[in-house]
Amino acid sequence: MNLQSPLNKVLGLGSAKTGSGHWWAQRLTAVALIPLTIWFTIALLGLPVGSHADMVAWMAVPLNSILLILLVISLVYHSNLGVQVVIEDYVHGGMKVAALIAVQFGHIVLAVAGLYALIVASIGGSS
Amino acid sequence: MGRKFMARGDRPLSPHLGIYRWEIANSLSIVHRMTGVMLSLGALVFIGWLVSIVAGAEAYEFVQGGLDSLLGRLMLLGWTFCFFYHLANGVRHLFWDIGAGFEKRQAKMSGWAVMIFSVAMTLGFWTLALQGV
Repeated sequence: MNLQSPLNKVLGLGSAKTGSGHWWAQRLTAVALIPLTIWFTIALLGLPVGSHADMVAWMAVPLNSILLILLVISLVYHSNLGVQVVIEDYVHGGMKVAALIAVQFGHIVLAVAGLYALIVASIGGSS
Repeated sequence: MGRKFMARGDRPLSPHLGIYRWEIANSLSIVHRMTGVMLSLGALVFIGWLVSIVAGAEAYEFVQGGLDSLLGRLMLLGWTFCFFYHLANGVRHLFWDIGAGFEKRQAKMSGWAVMIFSVAMTLGFWTLALQGV
């Protein structure tokens, strides 16, 4: 005999579980990406892409470093959440788990690589 | 595993995606996903480009050279459209999240606005970029 109340059953065994956290994080990163990507798009137009030394100097400017770090974090997080949903919707069976793991690891590598580059650039360690 | 017990081919499926006509609303919805996936690949290139800057002049010139090639430029053009589209349609989604703009007419209008915005911004951005502002 089950003495669990219907409410308790729903609270404990809802199908969504961590879904609202995922949903909310996707919105938060989306909102953060609006000003960050607009800033980067405008900055891109004036970037000295022809000169490596000037690019290093640009990346080392504190404000640019900080904004790029924020951009990398929100971009990679948002991408991770989005691609995860796409895989959950279209990939099935064993492939689904493999794809989810690959995407998760890939995004962690991406975030670490981006942050590493920006930290190195801001402390002036690049050649 | 669970597949054997769960997925029975003869069960009715919902929401019968195949019967819907392609209109502005559902077309833009799937394009939002596709541009999102493309932008994830773009993020890979973006971060590779950042890493190349600190990896030294040679690595940077290799990556920048690739982006400056015809194929690189075409891909950047595609990513520019994907970005402006995903940005504008993402804002559209955020308005829906707070419960605004749900009327059929409004949703249709905002859909066309997103389309016009992303094409116009892509052209505008590349006009400025090629002029070397």
